[in-house]
Order: sequence, then C-alpha cells, then structure tokens
Amino acid sequence: MTTPAGSAESKLPQTAPSSFDDHHPPERELLDDCVHCGFCLPTCPTYQLWGEEMDSPRGRIYLMDLASKGEITLEGSFQEHMDACLGCMACVTACPSGVQYDKLLESVRPQIERNVERDRSDQLFRDAIFALFPYKRRLRAAALPGALYQKLRTVPAIRKLAEKLPGRLAAMESLLPPVSVREAFARLPVFTPAVGSRRGRVALLSGCVQDVFFHRVNEATVRVLAAEGYDVLVPRDQQCCGALELHAGREAPALERAKREIGVFETLDVDSIVTNVAGCGSSMKEYGHLFADDPAWADRAAAFSARVRDVHEVLADGEPRAERHPVRGRVAYHDACHLGHAQKVRAQPRAVLRSIPDLELVDLPETELCCGSAGIYNMIAPEAAGELGARKAANVRSVNPDVIVTANPGCLLQIGKHLGADIPLLHPVQLLDASIRGVAVPRT
Amino acid sequence: MALDPAVRSAFEQVLEPRDVISDPVGCRAYECDGLTGYRVTPELVLLPRDAAQVAAAVAVCAEHRVPFVARGAGTGLSGGALPVAEGVVISLARLKRVLEVDPVNRRAVVEPGVTNLEITAAASPHGLYYAPDPSSQQVCTIGGNVAENSGGAHCLKYGFTTNHVYSAEVVLPDGSVVTLGTDTGEQAGPDLRGVFLGSEGTLGITTKITVKLLRTPETVRTLLADFPSVRAAGDVVSDIVSAGIVPAAVEMMDTLAIEAAEEAVHAGYTVGVPAALVVELDGPVEECDSQFEQVKAICEKHGCTRLHIAGSPEERAAIWRGRKAAFAAVGRISPDYFVQDGVVPRTRLAEVLDRIAELGRDAGIRVANVFHAGDGNLHPLVLYSAALGETERAEKLSGEIAELCVEFGGSLSGEHGIGTDKACSMPKMFTEDDLAVMQRVRDAFDGHNICNPGKVLPTPRLCGERPGKYEPHPLEESGVIERL
Repeated sequence: MTTPAGSAESKLPQTAPSSFDDHHPPERELLDDCVHCGFCLPTCPTYQLWGEEMDSPRGRIYLMDLASKGEITLEGSFQEHMDACLGCMACVTACPSGVQYDKLLESVRPQIERNVERDRSDQLFRDAIFALFPYKRRLRAAALPGALYQKLRTVPAIRKLAEKLPGRLAAMESLLPPVSVREAFARLPVFTPAVGSRRGRVALLSGCVQDVFFHRVNEATVRVLAAEGYDVLVPRDQQCCGALELHAGREAPALERAKREIGVFETLDVDSIVTNVAGCGSSMKEYGHLFADDPAWADRAAAFSARVRDVHEVLADGEPRAERHPVRGRVAYHDACHLGHAQKVRAQPRAVLRSIPDLELVDLPETELCCGSAGIYNMIAPEAAGELGARKAANVRSVNPDVIVTANPGCLLQIGKHLGADIPLLHPVQLLDASIRGVAVPRT
Repeated sequence: MALDPAVRSAFEQVLEPRDVISDPVGCRAYECDGLTGYRVTPELVLLPRDAAQVAAAVAVCAEHRVPFVARGAGTGLSGGALPVAEGVVISLARLKRVLEVDPVNRRAVVEPGVTNLEITAAASPHGLYYAPDPSSQQVCTIGGNVAENSGGAHCLKYGFTTNHVYSAEVVLPDGSVVTLGTDTGEQAGPDLRGVFLGSEGTLGITTKITVKLLRTPETVRTLLADFPSVRAAGDVVSDIVSAGIVPAAVEMMDTLAIEAAEEAVHAGYTVGVPAALVVELDGPVEECDSQFEQVKAICEKHGCTRLHIAGSPEERAAIWRGRKAAFAAVGRISPDYFVQDGVVPRTRLAEVLDRIAELGRDAGIRVANVFHAGDGNLHPLVLYSAALGETERAEKLSGEIAELCVEFGGSLSGEHGIGTDKACSMPKMFTEDDLAVMQRVRDAFDGHNICNPGKVLPTPRLCGERPGKYEPHPLEESGVIERL
C-alpha cells in the first residue's frame, strides 16, 4: 500500500566492507539524500548522449551506494562510469532534493585514482596532461606556433603514445590554438590603481591556461576592474590553483597547489580574491571544504574561500561607474557549468552585459547542457565531448548571434573548435572593456 | 538460473551487440524505478534504437519465453518498471525523436522516449501544447505516460493521458506490431486503444504515439492563496467547483509541504501557514477574468490570509516550480518518507484531511500533504525516520490512510498506478469477477505471461503467501490466477 521513497531500509543493508578506502569515502548521508526520482536525467550530458542509467547522476549515485556497501568493486565498470561523468554539476541544479553530487564525485574520483590501476596508455596520457597544463612555462612553449606537437613529443610519455592514441592527441592539439609570442610572454602589472575614487581592492588570479591562451582576457579584466574603481593586485608568485587536478581526482597535487595559492594570497590586504575563470573560481571556493578536517589548514582555507569571487560577482555589486559606450549587436551568453551550476552565478554576468547600451542579450537553447569541455574531458573522451560540442555549436547558431560570450577558457576553446571562426567568441569582460573604452569589439 | 547464452546472442543478432548490456554492474543500475523499495536485477538490459529493433527484441523474448519489462525514464512510483528475475529490461530511452508536428490537425507523432515536456517544446512554436502535465513532466516519458495513463495538475479540466492520445503503435507480446486507435480519435468497434492506455506495460510496448495538441490558452491566471486551516482551503475547493467554475488546476499544499518546496526552489510560498492553494484558470480573457474575481471572493470568504496573483509568466512558473518540486523536496525535511496516492470524492476532502491529521497525531508521525485538490487526488507524504525506528508505525499509518480513501468512497490509486506496490491491494477494490475479467483481457494479449509479469494483478507469490503449509489463494481456487 505504501511507497517507500528514499527510505533507509529500502536501501540495501551493508553486506560487505566498503570498496572505498577510509580517506574521505562518499558520505552515507549524502548518498541517502538521493530518492531516485530521476529529475537529473534530462540535464545530464552523458544520459542525453547514451540514454543509459549507469551514465546518469542517479545511476552513478546508485553505483556509489553499491560500492560503499562492498557489493561492487571500484575497478572496471564502476570506474568507467565515474570517468565518463563530465562533472558539469547540471544535476546539482536540477535536483529537487538537494543532493550534493558535487561532493560525492569529489570524494569518489580520488578514491579511483588511489585504488584503481588504470590501463597503461590511459595513465600515460593523463600523466602527460598534468605534466603540461598546470605549468605556465611549459604551456607557453607548447602554445607557440608550430611548437605544440614538437614540444609534446619531447615528453617521454607522449612520445610513446603518439601512435597509440591518435584520437586523443589530435583532440588535444586541435583544442590548443597557437598564440602569438607577444601574448604568450606578456605579464600583467603587479599593481593597477583604481580610476577615480577607490571603491575597493582586489587580487586577481591570473591562472595558468588563462594567462597563456587568454592573456587578453586578463588584461581586459584588470582594466575593467580599475575603471570600476578597484585597485587590482596581481601577485607574481601565484601559480595554478589546482582546479584541473582537483576535478580529475588528483587530490594530493591539487591540495599542494591550493596550499601554495592560499599562502600567496592570504597576506594581501584585499577585499576579494577575484577570478575570471569559472573552473578556478569553483575550486577555490571549495578549498574551505577540502581542508575542513586538516587542523593546520582549515581556518586558513576557509578564510581564503570566503574571499573568492567571480569577476562578475564583483562587477554586479553596486552601480556601474565607468561610462559605457553602446555596443550594437546580438550577444549570446553561454553559462559555463562551473559558473552556473557549481557557483550558481547566472544573474551577475547577464546583469554586467545588460549594463552595456544597445546590446541585445540572448540565451541559448539547452543552456544547462555542458559544451563538452569539462576540464580535461575533451582530451580524454574526445568522442563524447565532440558530440556535445557539435550540439552546443548548433544551439549557438540557432539564435544567430553576432558574438558569443562565456567565462571559462575551456568553453571558449571547445565551442570555438566546433563553431569555426565566423562568430567571435569572447569573455564577457572583453565586451565590457570594449564598451568602457569605446573601441571596437575584438574578434578574439 | 541464468539466461541461456543462446538467447543473449539472439538479442545481439537483432540489436547492436553494444546495445545489449550484460555487465552485472550496469544491470544493477536498472534494479528499480522511482520506487526504490523493490529491487530485482535483470539478466540483460536492451537499448534498442528504433521501433523495428523493439519489435525484433520482443520477438526474441516471445520465441524463448523470456519475460520483459519496458522502461522509460524510470520515474514511476508504483514499481511498474521493476525488472523480472531471469528477464530483460527493454529501455526506450533512445527512442526520443519527435517524428512530426502537424499544426493544422493539431497533433504530434512522437517516439516513446520523448519526455512529456519535449512534446510541448516542439509544439509551442505553433502556439500549441500537450495538456497532461504530471509533476515529473520534465523527465517522464510519453511512453510511460501512456502505460500509466498519467494525469497531472491540469487533468482536472483537460483529462488524463487517455484523453489526449489518438493512437499508439504497439509491439504486442508476440512481437507483432499493431496500431491501436486512429489518427482522428473516432473508431468503430471495441476501443482497444482505451484498453491499452493505462495497462502499465502489461499488454505490450508502445513505439509510436500520436497525441492531441491543444491551442495554448489565450490567457492564464494563477493565484497562490494562504489559509488559516487545511479545512478552509478544502472548503474553497468545493465552493469553486459548486460555483460552476472549472479551473485548469487546483492544488493544495500544507505547512510541511510548503516548507520543503520553499526550501528547495524559493518560489515565494509563505513558510508557516497551515495551507496554501494554487488555483489556475485559463481560457478566453473575459471568461477568465470574471471567474478569477469569483475565485478571489471565495478565497476571501474562507479567511484567506494572503492572496498572491502571478503578475508575469516568470512568477507563474515559480509558483508551479514550487508545487512540482514538492514531492522530491520533502527529502529535505525528513530522512525517510512514504508517498501515498489515493482518491476521495472532492466533497469530502476537508473531512478526510482532518481524519488524516488525526491519524498522524495518534501515531506520532508527521504527514505532509501535496495534492490535486480539484479532483480529490491525495498525495499524503508520511514522514519518518528509519534510524529512530519509526518505520513500522509509518507503514501502518500509510496503509490506514489508503484504507481511509477507500472507506470514503475513493480509490487506491489516482495516478501512480498499481504496479508492484499495490497489486496485493487490488482485491480490496475489485471483486473476484472483476479481477478474473482483467486477467482474461491480459491473457488475450499475452498468452505466455512474459509481458511485465507480476504487476497490477495480485499473484500468490507477490502477495506474501506464508511459506509452509500450502493454502490455495481464493483467486487461485477460482482459476483466476495460477501459482508460478
């Protein structure tokens, strides 16, 4: 007569020791929050692609539950379905029960990295990615025209892979556009004073990928923040925030990077630590949670995370100050998953764009669906990422925009790859920067 | 006993081998639908890509007498898509094309895996929409809606799925393909389409559905009203209907449900009020406006403490988001809960609600109420904590509430179906003769008992015969059922 929904005894009893190790296994209460209603299915990119239950958020949580009860192992099928998740967190937005899939995935991925031996070529490829991406200098060298392939081949891991994995390497190469020597080596000023009376003082994360491939976005960010009345500090000794590693389950190196960033930024006398990259912002806001049970770092990490803000959050605070010149055109805004779903920052970028006179702002169909970039996903799963990228490009074309803007370098590269060169792809601050300076909207 | 490997290779002949899931971990993800209390691991999961593959897969099942269970989005709340041991699940998730939208004849032809809301999305550029709107409409599939004859908030005015499906292409349990119904909705002879609608996957698998589209109403007026008591809100519902008004929807939520929904979606409900009604009117502007004034007056007459009128499509959407998320959102205020689904005559709504509150007080268990007040379809949510050992009391209370519905002249299920969950209660509502007739209809479609067996009609195995001394079930004695 009755329908148990999410009742504890309806879930399986513990039948064997958990397949997870003791270091931050997925929490029982978080697993039990899922009532298996399925509201997450339509927004899950892999469920949209394949229509398979085990590649849906609900299915993955179900498998986590089985693993935590020792009913299935982490090797094989479980690992494949967890690897296949883009980590876009659209399911967190969709879930009416408030299931924290982000925290669940964040605890499961390091479990896999620690306890499952990957196929050798997969492991080599992943090692190669993480030997390249978080390092500005290596990225710079790789990004120079014609240098990428050559450079990659000097990494021993990649040399061995070159024949084995043509698809993945091709994906990696096609995602990294060559940049000019000037841009690759340009540096942001350490201090830029506010224009006019000072409204506040912020420190900017310049990032790794962002600073090499999108240095112009960083420059625009500094100009816009200064024009709006903020002193902008860009500490020189900062490095990668660890987001790519964190989201891929490489917990130990990610935590080391986090500690270093905390050390660099915590002594600065600033109101906020600002980032213009969705993925970085989302991971830096998580530092507090990551170090919650580390007495040496808990307070420092929490204090750091409390100050982290996406650039749009800062810009949407209070009235615009600098004069905006009209920008005529139809602008499509793409919600980066780590901004919209992970940080719930959706209204602020739109508000910032609406502050520009004559600009017509349009939303994309299927706006909640990931573009397939997802950190390193488009390199390790080029086929699935390619389908999602093509779908996003079709959605972009359907609204016929003059410009498309999004606040994440991964999305910019991924959408750019699938859209071709005819529609300019920019970060929203680049548009605002052009509007404030009264110059033409850049093409890149 | 595992499935014969020859059967698996037969499936791999008619489907792509990679579309036949035999990995035990993958199969476990299909163990249950939205009702997690019952779990059975299937031998295989089949993921056909078109109608022909569905028919071919069913033909293999028929040839080898392999039981099969169709599955859409797996959101059902009665265990209708619970797999069968030694059987296969046939997932329709990949049949998700909208084949045709015909604005002139106002109909659409869709595959079963298309979600309810996607039909409206496809029709809306033509000023049309698909009316039945279960709360899970963004995820539930039209195939599942056909199987369950799903309703929704707006079925008060517009009717259930059966009123909106012209025809269905069906793969019968022997693998043959037929079309039930016609494209115009007019048909001579017995209404087999009507038999199939709501048969909960026991008579075949639909692979193509022609649905009716309606013109998007000229105007919609939605209000959210707070009341000092559940009884006052219930009286408003009765008064609205006796005034001759047919609202598009009348939904009620009580304190606990409001609290949960508000926490989940921040839709602007007043936390702490005893009851809230969502009343929606739609139709021509003049009619809508004048009736809306009447509704407001009725609300005020019954002591409404706040009247919020949706001033924009966004505000209206927010009100509905709150109501539609309420079920799942209850997980936020209680670790465990039972979802009940019963129907009572609308005129006795207030009375039944008082009784439910009384029963809850006696049991020391909280009951949240979310329901389609307009047609008396109750969804009491019995909140409890298994960790605190409240399960048994909660189960008992939930059962008492269902019995209360039958006692008041209502029904066991409004829209969630019988499935696995309520099969054993069927004899409480139906006589042996009724059940015998249902079984004969089923046998006519599914002579080998392979199509979603064990669902809807009670079987001795399902309905808890005690092990030990054999005692024939009354239905067994009368030849209606047989022991499996």
